[in-house]
Amino acid sequence: MSTPVLLGALLPVVPLVAGLVGLLLPPAPRRTETGEAPARRFAIALGVAGAAASLVLALALLATLDGLADASWTWVDLGGLTVTLGVRLDGTVALVGVAVAAVALAVQVYSTGYLKRGPHDDVDVDHRYPPYAAQVSLFTAAMLLVVVSDDLILLLVGWEVMGLCSYLLIAHDRRLPEAPAAAMKAFLVTRVGDVGFLLGIALLGVSAGSFRIADVLGHEHSTATLTAACLLLLAGVAGKSAQFPLHTWLPDAMAGPTPISALIHAATMVAAGVYVVARLFPLFAQAPVALAVLGVMASVTLLLGAFAATAQDDLKRVLAWSTVSQIGYMTGALAVGAPQAALFHLLTHAAFKALLFLAAGAVIHAVGTTLMSRMGGLRHTMPVTFWCTVVGLGALAGLPPLSGFFSKDGVLYAAEQAALNGAGHTAAWVGWLVWLAGLLGVAVTAWYATRLLLRTFLGESRTPLVEPHDPPAVMRWPVLLLAVPAALLGLAGFAGAFAARLRPVPPATREQPSDLLPPEPLVHLSAAVLLPLALLVLGAGLAWARWRRDRAGDPAATLGPLRPLFARAFRLDDVQHALVVRPATALAAATRTADEVVVDGAVTGSGRAALGLGGGLAALHRATLPRAAAGVLAGALLIGLAAALIGGVA
Amino acid sequence: MRPVIPYVTAALLFGLGVYGVLRRRNAVLVLMAVELMLNAVNLVLVTADTTVRSELPHGGQVFALFVIVLAAAEVGVGLAIVLQLYRLRASVAVDEVPLTEPPATLAPAGAGTIEENR
Amino acid sequence: MTAADVLLLALGAVAVGSGVLVVATKHLVRAGLYLVVCLGAVAGIYLVLTAELVAWVQVLIYVGAVVVLLLFAVMLTRAPIGASDDLDRPGWPAALIGGGTGLGLAALLVDAYRWSSVELPAAGTAGRIGDQIFRSWVLPFEVLSVLLLAALVGAIILSRPDIGRPPADRAADSGRSGVPAGRTGAAPTAGDGRSR
Repeated sequence: MSTPVLLGALLPVVPLVAGLVGLLLPPAPRRTETGEAPARRFAIALGVAGAAASLVLALALLATLDGLADASWTWVDLGGLTVTLGVRLDGTVALVGVAVAAVALAVQVYSTGYLKRGPHDDVDVDHRYPPYAAQVSLFTAAMLLVVVSDDLILLLVGWEVMGLCSYLLIAHDRRLPEAPAAAMKAFLVTRVGDVGFLLGIALLGVSAGSFRIADVLGHEHSTATLTAACLLLLAGVAGKSAQFPLHTWLPDAMAGPTPISALIHAATMVAAGVYVVARLFPLFAQAPVALAVLGVMASVTLLLGAFAATAQDDLKRVLAWSTVSQIGYMTGALAVGAPQAALFHLLTHAAFKALLFLAAGAVIHAVGTTLMSRMGGLRHTMPVTFWCTVVGLGALAGLPPLSGFFSKDGVLYAAEQAALNGAGHTAAWVGWLVWLAGLLGVAVTAWYATRLLLRTFLGESRTPLVEPHDPPAVMRWPVLLLAVPAALLGLAGFAGAFAARLRPVPPATREQPSDLLPPEPLVHLSAAVLLPLALLVLGAGLAWARWRRDRAGDPAATLGPLRPLFARAFRLDDVQHALVVRPATALAAATRTADEVVVDGAVTGSGRAALGLGGGLAALHRATLPRAAAGVLAGALLIGLAAALIGGVA
Repeated sequence: MRPVIPYVTAALLFGLGVYGVLRRRNAVLVLMAVELMLNAVNLVLVTADTTVRSELPHGGQVFALFVIVLAAAEVGVGLAIVLQLYRLRASVAVDEVPLTEPPATLAPAGAGTIEENR
Repeated sequence: MTAADVLLLALGAVAVGSGVLVVATKHLVRAGLYLVVCLGAVAGIYLVLTAELVAWVQVLIYVGAVVVLLLFAVMLTRAPIGASDDLDRPGWPAALIGGGTGLGLAALLVDAYRWSSVELPAAGTAGRIGDQIFRSWVLPFEVLSVLLLAALVGAIILSRPDIGRPPADRAADSGRSGVPAGRTGAAPTAGDGRSR
């Protein structure tokens, strides 16, 4: 077993062990004084050590790996179908692994400060810290399993464990009334997609006769099978990556603790869908229908998320909708046949979205609310947080030379090529759709990023009673360190080694995809860059101009009558409620009634019938002596009569 | 000798015994009717001794003796029971003899457990 | 029709007639007396059938012992001297079953023997019957003796309610004469019966 394989196999195992051990810890008792319970200290040590070890392993893997390395051991042999335990490592795996482990480490460190008795918390919130830290470790392990897995079944295991962990973590804060409902919603909505994902995996595995990704990719699938499997996989991707129409869980998931939002949005859950599509991209490349569907889905999601983000008053919900929108960019890049652009954006997005969420957590920690209408003027009291947020929002909007600029430009370039030159694997109209949606999204993103900055940090303070301050060191340092890649990761796109690692490894897919993929480097600096830049300036300028006129007002007021529509995300939740939830609850009620009336009725009815029948028979048996004697003698007479008659006849 | 005459007599006596057992309410009268039936059987046995030639002679008469002994024992025990019944109930009417348990306690107990389980 | 047949017919008529009265009369004591007549007639039939020993045993045990015992029972249960109205239950099922049984058996036997005639065997004297019993039927005889003993013991236990109770009860019973406390329901009335 070579060193990279060993490192890759250990990558998910280390946080898994940390998480499983952490689950055995007792929940720390409620404490009001500053002293920390031993269980909490141990949980902190375990979580941080697990994440740090993963990061070290991922970095070592990045350093040692060249080319493709894979290894697998047969796990289960199911009569013709073999399930293997295996890792499949290439440059992409190493990079995504580093990103996941880094964000996880930042979240683990940050949580120790965030989930603590804060100045504005009147209730101790950290008494369940050990399970929380363990679940974060498990979450990380599951994502890393998805990243390194060489087997679709193994990948599915990680995929499902992520769904479970997201459910547990979103519902962590039991004080919030909406948290359990949000967790349930996230779980159910992603489950809907997971059904499709499971079926798609089954279809691919049965078609290829193996669940190994290498075998699946190398097998010649029939077109119909491939299209069906890819569309089914897309359902799961839509669920996990919060793509339209299964995106509704993500904004509600903001009920979870802010570090969890950072983890879900930056590194684990939503990235998994994009990553899986990129991993299996050679299959999608042969299924233009699936790519077209993906393109439409991406465009709709991109604009939907961006417009919904413009009208939110909740700081975290703005970021949540921006995640939906940015994932739309990634899936759009996949749809136009540029997986490395998608992965590049995935990495930069992981950096700047984690940064933004952790900074937002610092703000919430300091102000004690998530509503922007009660913030404002935080620039002077929280300078570190302010500048980190500026970096993050700049990267989000695509401001050069921050990371988001380069990665988003890569996406737009690929879409432009597909639209104008017919490059890639999809029809030109998909390219046009993604490109135009992406350009419009740039302007809208700039608008809402500017609004967020202005509303939160500039202007006058709207809650004069509290004394905001920069967070303690344990929360400040993760934010500061994440600001570095958020700012500079884009420049890595110029490095040939970085770009080469994101490109699919040729031997895995024979000659086809690697030749058809755009051979250009990740970063494309040309005149076309000016167009998104102009749109960026336009969007940001509009928001700025509106704010200049009315410093206390909300720039979202310019939306006019559209504002409530955007604030409720085009009322898709209502649509979902009407189309899915209400029929489902009605069906459940009907089922319950049927169960209670028909099934239970049959059971209790048969019981009562047996009881009544038994009582009747018992009453018949309880004859008085003369009646019994009469019965016996009459029976004897009848038997004798029968014997005589039959004997006489014989 | 026409054996049909004692045979028919025995059959009619047996029928009378059955009628008496079923008709009478008084336990002593029921026992008398049982004696009639036993006598009918004895008569059949003794008559059969004349009509059936068996290897052991007079088997029917020996059996009739045995049945007489049995009848004596039965009457002894039966009358003891009747007297005991009379002591307990001050009545010897057979259709007023209480059965093993009052029926009212059984059915509600079973129904009660079902009700509790729901 | 020989003399034996005539005797048989006459005695059979007496037996059946008195049997009808046994099951039909409204006087308890008279039923016992009619039973004596019936059993005596049957003993006569035995004599005609040359079963001497059985006939005398019938007279001794049945007429002498059993019927007397029955009459004692009638007395002990305080039977009224005159006619009683509540002796009978509704009659038609009893008539149906009894009549069916009797007439059915009679029809079978008539069908089997018609009007045929048989020779009477050697008389069943005490010597012959004793010879058979103690040669061929010893084991049933001994078993019957055990049965009689068991019936004797059973009858004694049944008629003495103070046997078979817990010693504490008995002590309490003997301490407070006639009012046992431990037995519910049964014992007080038993005490009543005994005190009477």
